[in-house]
Amino acid sequence: MIDLDLLPDGGLGWLEASGPASHLVLSTRVRLARNLADRRFGARMDAAERREVLDQVIQAAGTTTGLGHALVVRPDQLEEWDNRLLLERHLISRELAGLGDRNSITTTRALLLQNRAAVMVNEEDHLRLQVLASGVDFGACWREVEGLDTELGQRLAFAFHSAFGYLTSCPTNVGTGLRASVLIHLPGLVLTKEINKTLHGLTKIGLTYRGLYGEGSEVVGNFFQLSNQTTLGKSEGELLEHLGTIVQHVIGVEERARQVLLRDAPAVLEDKCWRAFGLLRYARSLSFEETMNLLSGVRLGVSLKVIPNVGMYALNKLLVFSQPAHLNAKAGRLLDEEEMAIRRAEFVRWTLEEEVRRGQGA
Amino acid sequence: MTLCSYCHEREGVIKLTQIVGGQVETVQLCAQCAAEKGIQTPATMEDTPIGGLLAALSLETEVAASDATAESPVCPGCGGSLQDFRESGRLGCGQCYDTFGEPLRELLRRLHGSAHHTGKAYHAPGTPAREIEAESIDRLRERLKRAIEQEQFELAAELRDRLKERE
Repeated sequence: MIDLDLLPDGGLGWLEASGPASHLVLSTRVRLARNLADRRFGARMDAAERREVLDQVIQAAGTTTGLGHALVVRPDQLEEWDNRLLLERHLISRELAGLGDRNSITTTRALLLQNRAAVMVNEEDHLRLQVLASGVDFGACWREVEGLDTELGQRLAFAFHSAFGYLTSCPTNVGTGLRASVLIHLPGLVLTKEINKTLHGLTKIGLTYRGLYGEGSEVVGNFFQLSNQTTLGKSEGELLEHLGTIVQHVIGVEERARQVLLRDAPAVLEDKCWRAFGLLRYARSLSFEETMNLLSGVRLGVSLKVIPNVGMYALNKLLVFSQPAHLNAKAGRLLDEEEMAIRRAEFVRWTLEEEVRRGQGA
Repeated sequence: MTLCSYCHEREGVIKLTQIVGGQVETVQLCAQCAAEKGIQTPATMEDTPIGGLLAALSLETEVAASDATAESPVCPGCGGSLQDFRESGRLGCGQCYDTFGEPLRELLRRLHGSAHHTGKAYHAPGTPAREIEAESIDRLRERLKRAIEQEQFELAAELRDRLKERE
């Protein structure tokens, strides 16, 4: 199994919940898609070409400041569960991890990790550069990922077209190659049944939403990933500003929904939050989905100050470490479903107990 | 049952409201005719994000292919055809963007509302400084033109000043 201690900041810097609006927004991500000039794109490359691209990228990255000390992970040389763990940390795509459903590319892939940056090599595009930060922080993510892009672009010739910009395998990414997203918690809108209206509205103004693990994933625990839909015709600054404005708007709408709930149904709301807390605090067996849903209730209670003595950091940690691959890693072996539910409940129980003790003592 | 306004055979299940020459016109379409016209419905959108658009694109190319048999372009860079693109939704290489010319431009306009990059400019390592300078002036002109078209006058004024400095 992969040694978690080797991962730079464990890919978990965002857990600290230190960024702006981090009670609502878990993390911000900005990624850029890039391809090398005069080479075929992902799906059309043969093994030799993939090898050449990988060597070229690793060599170039080695001389940059942004990736000069990067840990190079080779997903095709890892066990499936290690790949799942990287996926659960949002450091790798399903496709690069070899967990995709269709036509997954299975050879000569790499993931470069340094600080908050994760660079995927030989995914659908030759390069996918991403930076992940806590809370809503498009500016910081953009500056970092842009720095990486500039450094790499000075060493490698990127496929760039005078009219279409950065060329990508899928035309939905062409132009800036930029996809920015936030992972946002919207229980207020779900409880007030305003969520569909809000999400529908977002799709009308150039945004798209997904579940916890990105494209094709389900919405669990009221966590939504919001991102820009178009990548061409607007500059990176304009795209990020537009997305930033809308995220602030969604935060406002969610805050208002929560105030409505507190005003109109305080007893129901408090009961919901405390029931979720009670179950997590004492249950002896928990499925992943149930845990996510209960954590959503507790998170809401904590951010509304209904539940004292629990911090966002502890909740973020629970969110990450109660995922299946993380529980396997902790146990040092593959757990069956029943064992996993028991281990998960144990971990959640202890973490909350510790958190409450720490909170009361402080 | 309302019949489809186009084929007059199947049931019109999708209501399409259009503004034609200032008049609001409502027609009922069956799913098949709607798909053929590239109209996105929740069903086609969920299938693949660009499924409906690709279907529309393929319609155009099939018409073109029947006009001039076997003239469908094959990309010299990767050997991919429009048919390959339609099936996979992925282009094979950078040259595809030039090979598939107008149909691809049209697709980009539909996907992004534009077929012009206005973001970060890029120059591959080793590009002569003269070329970089000339291209950035061209880009500034292009952005100025677009800013005026979109009535973004503050941006236009800034771009005009920057152009003056360069020229």
